[in-house]
Amino acid sequence: MRVAAGRSAAVVEGLWVSYRHTWRATLVSSFLSPLLFLLAIGVGLGARIDSGGPVEGLTYAAFVAPGLLAATCMQVATFEATYPVMAGIKWFGTYRSILATPVGVPDLVAGRVAWIALRLTAVAAVFMVVTIPFGVSSGPLAVLALPAAVLTGLAVAAPIEAWAASRDDEQGFVGLFRFVILPMFLFAGTFFPVSQLPDWLQPVAWITPLWHGTELTRGFMTGAPDPLVPLHLAVLLVLAVAGTLAATVTYRRRLEP
Amino acid sequence: MSTPPAEHPLIAARPTGTGPAVEAVGVVKRFGDFTAVAGIDFAVAPGETFGFLGPNGAGKSSTMRMVGCVSHPTEGTMRVLGRDPRRDGPEIRGRLGVVPQQDTLDGELTVMDNMYVYGRFFRLPRAEVRARSAELLEFVQLADRATAKVDELSGGMKRRLTIARALINRPELVLLDEPTTGLDPQARHLLWERLYRLRADGVTLVLTTHYMDEAEQLCDRLVIMDRGRIVAEGGPAELIRRHAARDVVELRLPAGAEPPSGVLEELADHVERLPDRVLLSTDDGDQTLAAVIGRGVAHERAVVRRATLEDVFLRLTGRTLVD
Repeated sequence: MRVAAGRSAAVVEGLWVSYRHTWRATLVSSFLSPLLFLLAIGVGLGARIDSGGPVEGLTYAAFVAPGLLAATCMQVATFEATYPVMAGIKWFGTYRSILATPVGVPDLVAGRVAWIALRLTAVAAVFMVVTIPFGVSSGPLAVLALPAAVLTGLAVAAPIEAWAASRDDEQGFVGLFRFVILPMFLFAGTFFPVSQLPDWLQPVAWITPLWHGTELTRGFMTGAPDPLVPLHLAVLLVLAVAGTLAATVTYRRRLEP
Repeated sequence: MSTPPAEHPLIAARPTGTGPAVEAVGVVKRFGDFTAVAGIDFAVAPGETFGFLGPNGAGKSSTMRMVGCVSHPTEGTMRVLGRDPRRDGPEIRGRLGVVPQQDTLDGELTVMDNMYVYGRFFRLPRAEVRARSAELLEFVQLADRATAKVDELSGGMKRRLTIARALINRPELVLLDEPTTGLDPQARHLLWERLYRLRADGVTLVLTTHYMDEAEQLCDRLVIMDRGRIVAEGGPAELIRRHAARDVVELRLPAGAEPPSGVLEELADHVERLPDRVLLSTDDGDQTLAAVIGRGVAHERAVVRRATLEDVFLRLTGRTLVD
């Protein structure tokens, strides 16, 4: 398998040119809705929660903001790895036309993953800047929350990209959002510590990429990373890399039979 | 619409090297249990316009995808522009222009952006892509639509854009998969005229079609495919000479009034029975028609005409185009 950086860069450039025409449609989901969540839940609901004492030693806003950062990256990543894949492979056939050029499947997949990483970087950066007034980040380590959030998104996006490329239609995507992404968002540590889950359910949360991602972003943003940082990083990296490799297989099966 | 200057900058490149532009030996393509291409041999000479003619499902598109180096033969060997697609895929594709059956344009983008993005896949410098795009849009008469969104274009315009896009890298070999399917006659003729120009420039063209007139108009040489095999090969006129008599008498028979078997066969070299007509192949159509009337064969309508490629096609593939 050969990836040529220049050819992948051309894929990223193509996606960027497309994005310049469609970026408005992503504003709400990428930038506005995480902010509204932070205001309503972190600040609004947080005022009630804080009266009952801190959550893991933090104000509720400070607790929930890093969780929303990771969860937002997960959601944006999921969207980017589903509908555009179906459009490129099936609806418009644009991936076929790309593969008629020197760009090969490994270049295309690498370019797509790089593009998603760029999108997530923009989303995470804006979110982090917006949260500054809420006083949720403390210390220089907070900067590391940004790459951690991007990695969380990639750990979700790459396996989904591989799966999406093997689908005949978009039917499964709604189910993915409802039964995989939404439960992760609600129960994998975004809004409350996983330790509050029933004992039997906690291991389920531990195997989700979002939990590992949230542990990282929360640790970095609050300036107190937990000792399991290498484990979290390893899990997310393995998912991102394995997902990317799997995507080259499913893309090839679909586009180069 | 503006017409490009007669001496337009060379749209594509003449092939380098002296060997065949494409060479296939014993090529088989299977998808699971299904055999799409069942062992074909052919060679395309540099500068030639070569056609694959065949009914749907004959294996034309599978063959084109192998020539385009996006799919590899299950058996046999393929060489494109003198190189091995399995090893040198990206390098070969960099010298090809591909016009797929579906336009596969990005409908959200403008005409110019579609050209630009595609050109960058060949790693052409940005300024060169822009200059060349302008030139090519002129060539396909879309210069005045450069800033229009692709979704707003007509089918014929999209097709022309797809062809312009395929020429962005000055390809040595252009592959066109059913270039005029779904276009109205005006759009087809405009497209043919542009393809003629490419041919006149010495570009090697390989195309598939199920339009006989298209094959007769454009191809120097063609193969007729049926069920994954090549059943005939030659120039259009040569194929007609070899596989059909000079004339054809077309008879439309009244429903249920088929003459006794053998009667028509006695009157012609070959009889082809279609759902709506009977075609009699013969060297002298007028004489044959006179004999048909003389034998008292009942018919509603009779036409005498010269044999065309379509007659060859129907005889060799043994079925109509619509199935």
